[in-house]
Amino acid sequence: MTAAIIQALTSHWRSHWLQLATLLIGIALATGLWSAVQAINAEARASYARANAQLALGQFDELRDPSGAIPLTHYADLRRAGWQVAAVLEGPYRIQGRTLRVLGVDMVAYPALPAITEAEAETDPADILTAPGRLLASAELATLLQAQADLPPVLITTELPPDVILTDIGVAETLLDAPGQISRLVVLPNQPRSVPPLSEIAPDLERISPASQVDTAQLTDSFHLNLTAFGMLSFAVGLFIVNGTVGLAFAQRRGMIRTLRALGVSMRRLVWLILAELTLLALIGGIIGLILGFFLAGALLPDVAATLRGLYGAPVTGQLTLQPAWALAGLGMALGGTLIASAQALWRLSRMPLLAGPSVQAWRGSGQGQRLAAYCGLALLVFGGLAYTTVGGLLGGFALLAGLLTGAALLLPLCLSIALNLCARRARGPVTQWVWADMRAQLPGLSLALMALLLALAANIGVGTMVSSFRLTFVGWLDQRLTSELYLTAESDQQGREITQWLEPQVTAILPIRNVELAHETGPLFLYGVVDDPTYRQYWPLIARTDDSWDQVMSGDAVLINEQLARRADLWPGDVLRLGPNHQLPVAGVYSDYGNPTGQAIVSMMQLDLIAPGQEARRFGIRLDPNRATELAQTLRERFGLAPQAVVQQAAMKAQSRAIFEKTFVVTSALNVLTLGVAGFAILTSLLTLWTQRLPQIAPVWALGLDRAQLARLELSRSAILAAMTACLALPLGLILAWVLLAVINVEAFGWRLPMYVFPWDWLVLFLLTLVAALAAAALPALRLLRLPPADLLRVFANER
Amino acid sequence: MLLSIEHVHKTYPGGRPVLQDVSLSLDHGQTLALTGESGSGKSTLLNLSAALDHFDAGEITLDGIALSGLDDSGRAGLRRKHVSLVFQQFNLIPSLTVAQNLSFHARLAGCHDPDWEAHLADRLGLSDLLSRFPERVSGGQQQRVAIGRAMAVRPKLLLADEPTGNLDETASAAVLDLMLSLVTESGTALLLVTHSQDIAGQLDRRVHLAGGRIQ
Amino acid sequence: MNVKALLIALLLLFPFGALAQGYAGLGGSAEGFETPQRDYTFDFPADHGPHPAYRIEWWYLTANLKGEDGKDYGIQWTLFRSALKPFETEGWQSPQIWMGHAAVTTPERHFFAERLSRGGVGQAGVVAEPFAAWIDEWRMSGPDFDTLSLTAHGLDFGYDLALNAQGPLVFHGDAGYSVKSADGQASYYYSQPFYAVEGTLHLPDRDVTVTGQAWLDREWSSQPLAEDQSGWDWFSLSFDTGEKLMGFRLRGDRQDYTAATWINADGSTRALPDGSASFTPLETAPVAGRDVPIRWNVALPEYDLDVEVEALIPDAWMGTRFEYWEGPVTVSGSHAGRGYLEMTGY
Repeated sequence: MTAAIIQALTSHWRSHWLQLATLLIGIALATGLWSAVQAINAEARASYARANAQLALGQFDELRDPSGAIPLTHYADLRRAGWQVAAVLEGPYRIQGRTLRVLGVDMVAYPALPAITEAEAETDPADILTAPGRLLASAELATLLQAQADLPPVLITTELPPDVILTDIGVAETLLDAPGQISRLVVLPNQPRSVPPLSEIAPDLERISPASQVDTAQLTDSFHLNLTAFGMLSFAVGLFIVNGTVGLAFAQRRGMIRTLRALGVSMRRLVWLILAELTLLALIGGIIGLILGFFLAGALLPDVAATLRGLYGAPVTGQLTLQPAWALAGLGMALGGTLIASAQALWRLSRMPLLAGPSVQAWRGSGQGQRLAAYCGLALLVFGGLAYTTVGGLLGGFALLAGLLTGAALLLPLCLSIALNLCARRARGPVTQWVWADMRAQLPGLSLALMALLLALAANIGVGTMVSSFRLTFVGWLDQRLTSELYLTAESDQQGREITQWLEPQVTAILPIRNVELAHETGPLFLYGVVDDPTYRQYWPLIARTDDSWDQVMSGDAVLINEQLARRADLWPGDVLRLGPNHQLPVAGVYSDYGNPTGQAIVSMMQLDLIAPGQEARRFGIRLDPNRATELAQTLRERFGLAPQAVVQQAAMKAQSRAIFEKTFVVTSALNVLTLGVAGFAILTSLLTLWTQRLPQIAPVWALGLDRAQLARLELSRSAILAAMTACLALPLGLILAWVLLAVINVEAFGWRLPMYVFPWDWLVLFLLTLVAALAAAALPALRLLRLPPADLLRVFANER
Repeated sequence: MLLSIEHVHKTYPGGRPVLQDVSLSLDHGQTLALTGESGSGKSTLLNLSAALDHFDAGEITLDGIALSGLDDSGRAGLRRKHVSLVFQQFNLIPSLTVAQNLSFHARLAGCHDPDWEAHLADRLGLSDLLSRFPERVSGGQQQRVAIGRAMAVRPKLLLADEPTGNLDETASAAVLDLMLSLVTESGTALLLVTHSQDIAGQLDRRVHLAGGRIQ
Repeated sequence: MNVKALLIALLLLFPFGALAQGYAGLGGSAEGFETPQRDYTFDFPADHGPHPAYRIEWWYLTANLKGEDGKDYGIQWTLFRSALKPFETEGWQSPQIWMGHAAVTTPERHFFAERLSRGGVGQAGVVAEPFAAWIDEWRMSGPDFDTLSLTAHGLDFGYDLALNAQGPLVFHGDAGYSVKSADGQASYYYSQPFYAVEGTLHLPDRDVTVTGQAWLDREWSSQPLAEDQSGWDWFSLSFDTGEKLMGFRLRGDRQDYTAATWINADGSTRALPDGSASFTPLETAPVAGRDVPIRWNVALPEYDLDVEVEALIPDAWMGTRFEYWEGPVTVSGSHAGRGYLEMTGY
């Protein structure tokens, strides 16, 4: 008996294979987009975990010298006083224009590192500890390193983040040319019973707790939240498709189910079988979605990795590995989502009386539902607003966003209904009057799809506005900041002196770029020294300042800090920045510093030498007649034997920065387009679902003298009008979204606030795109209508249905 | 002659002939009952006369217009201006109120006359239901709205296909009485499809169809 | 297992041979390292200091103590040196690895700690004169080798002790050339077993003033044990008569190798060749997941010695990266006394 029922049930799909395809596509899209985002997040998080495991970040306290490197004697002193510390020497290492990070740890005293555990299996520890030593690196990096003649042998490990070379501190000091230097001391767990206080042994060191160290995972949380939100949105939109298709399929199978029941099949058994059928479909769709998601994630990951590296310096591999966790989660989401999306249809079906007549949709019955949804929406809006004002912060910001988006979505049907009512009232002709009335009748069936469209559009406008505002600000800022015509990196301080001597008579100005990494309670702080030059006074973009900011800085009496530091440490002009045990300076101004994850400060060159004497002087900005830049760059390279990347022209630098910027938001745009596409698809499925209920609406009008071409045109315009109305409502929503992103989320997540620019031209494009999507979605039903044999319409009037 | 049907043939794709060589004519003000068994082709003949469907051969002329020469929009125009229709069910536009339904056809045809419509509503006992939606009124009332809508255009020809087929006997009689009296009063010609000999008996003429031919 | 664990294993496996099988490549010859020679003339105080050209070396002090509370205590202070290459240099490049072990054994509990360092950076090392041996804040130092202060701290214990030598240095084997297997592997080995000790033990709940006797072993070599040797049992016993005995048994697959030194109260010695002394486990106890002998019979017929040696507590397990048993013992039978027992390879 069960077999017979299954045969009957599945026969539906045989004759409606397109519907089956739609259903599977819906599930696959929902699962695919969701799991793609999850896969990306999982991969990034795994990368952070790897990095943190290697660097012991966020686990142990650290000792740092605010003025620079820690001398080796301090290490011995601390150790012999009982302090259990491990020495780390780290620094940048450049190979073929690529900047790698050398992490030298005292492999005798450092806590167990996974990479070493992995590598030691194939090597003698004596080789790691004694010259020439060994370098540990990822496989990709190993190839690059092995090609270098003068480097120690490389051991390949999967445990290291990209761009990191792990090695013994003895090897690192040679590699980084920093003999006897230590960057930081990791305070190991299990200190002995009592040790003398730090102030007695090494008063110039500062102890930094893991909480105040920059934790990539925490730093990037907001980015992942963003991605997750997008994933959720896509998932929801995908479910709208499932909901539409399942509703249609159930409506079409009503007759068959009635027959089956009349033949003695219990409703219970039918519901179970249909549930099983849905489960199977969900799993198939889910698996397709997972495959889709895997490839999508693989395609997007390199860009995400670039973003994370660019924005936060967070190390993420561009390589995707299949992790069972997100695969299972994806299948679970597919299953759960399908069942949720089908619940309503299934419930209705199970409550269907045996002898129900042909279904006449109680089309206005949902007026109450509309109002209820609207109340919920209002409540959510209020909740979001309250959460933001009371909780605040990133969480509050996201609560505001969530409340705003869901609230607005729930309010949409009522808003549209009111708008349609108004239009209907003003309508003169009978046809227009009918069209408005008919749209209102269609609204409940379409509202889910329209909500999806609203969300997709709002996200598009919001995120688009954010990205464009960011781009505009960034490019403007870049123009201000990159003022030197040439940027030069000498091989040594000595060469630097030679070059500046040679250059001095023939250029407008030479601006040394010298910096030191200090420890601040909010994380690493890069202190730059500048010489007094009009270039800074004219172009350096200050967002908060005192009257004589530059005078104060140049006279060594004050410091300028970047926006990130200002916001993180809540330091503004007038406050005092501590730069070490003996150094503190008032803040004279705050400058914007987009795309930089860390804190930064500017003092006069004299102050820099006071605070951290002996910093290298190898980098320079050179001001000169722009027309001579290319020629001089070439001369410099030839005369001093500099590598091509050691002399960079301003234009190239800008182009590079812009390229990085564009890459940063590729993911966002890709997800934007995908979401909009899915929303269009949701409209299509909803229209197809409504199709069965359309004939009784259309047939009388047709009979009264509207031809099918007219009706088809009206069908198209209806879809376009609804989409256009939704788009109009999405615009303010999107702008609020953009504001929240720029003024709330960005500040919390990145540490900078961006001015908001509006781009009406983009809106117009988006609006047209929406119309195209809506027309495309309605094209199929319209075409069907156009080709509909009159007999089908006539059948409505006869009692044969 | 208002309606003249000459040697009309109709076959649905893949089926046997529905109408074979049917000829019939109806003059202004005349009422004619078209009877026959289920599947005899009587509804098809009515639909063809209303320019709702195409015929394969022969000719139908309505108020001097030959239907075979019309395209889709021409047919729609003819339906709009020259005929009124009452079907067995789903006559009304569900998204419009009774009042809007009542005037819909007249406004479409460009002969909207509020007084006349008010009069019709009154005659048909619909005055209290005007703001309701079709689904909120009874089947008999729905059919009365359909009749009102049809008469609102002051049609020369009213085509009715089993207008009382879904109603019980009492309601059926009432609706039919109203329709016949309105038709008579306004001098409208009526082509009524019915399987009921009783109803057919109340009309001027009666034509019986069987197997697609006039008996 | 990380690089440190491997290092420890490397370090300790030479004398103890526990993991010899896994490191066959490093066994046998001592590439570039010097090897002990018979007829070596010791040069003091220089030889109290490190010998970087030799692969392995240690300063190994154990003490049997009596507390003011009348209880028996024991302490251990050990500094191991292991060379990856036979030289020393300044800075992180140094191939010398240092490892410290410290322990306190009370009648109730055994405390221990471990420290690691490399040479060259000043974190650990030994200077012959004035004598100082240290790793981190652990330190054994004094104006000379006879007068030392000793300190070490773990998470929950520590000690500060003063040592005063009451007798001369004692040389084992053939005037300090101590053979370790039938195949001839050997080390330089001398001791100072006559330290009088006083000072304070720091325990989690109390400080205890203690007095007693300490025994310092100095040994260096470059050769691992014979390939078939899986571990050793080492005894340092001080009898109430003032006489002392150092004896060990190297457990081999083929046969055991034993050696002993009888030390008279005046410090004169007699080396006893393989087979002279017998070491027989009488009772084992489960310790750290293995069966470890905690009661022994030690017999030396030549000196009418037939004693039972029993651990103060069975659980004197050094759960360091390379694990072994090291703890105070009491001696009864033909002679009474106290001592220390070390067992590896269980």
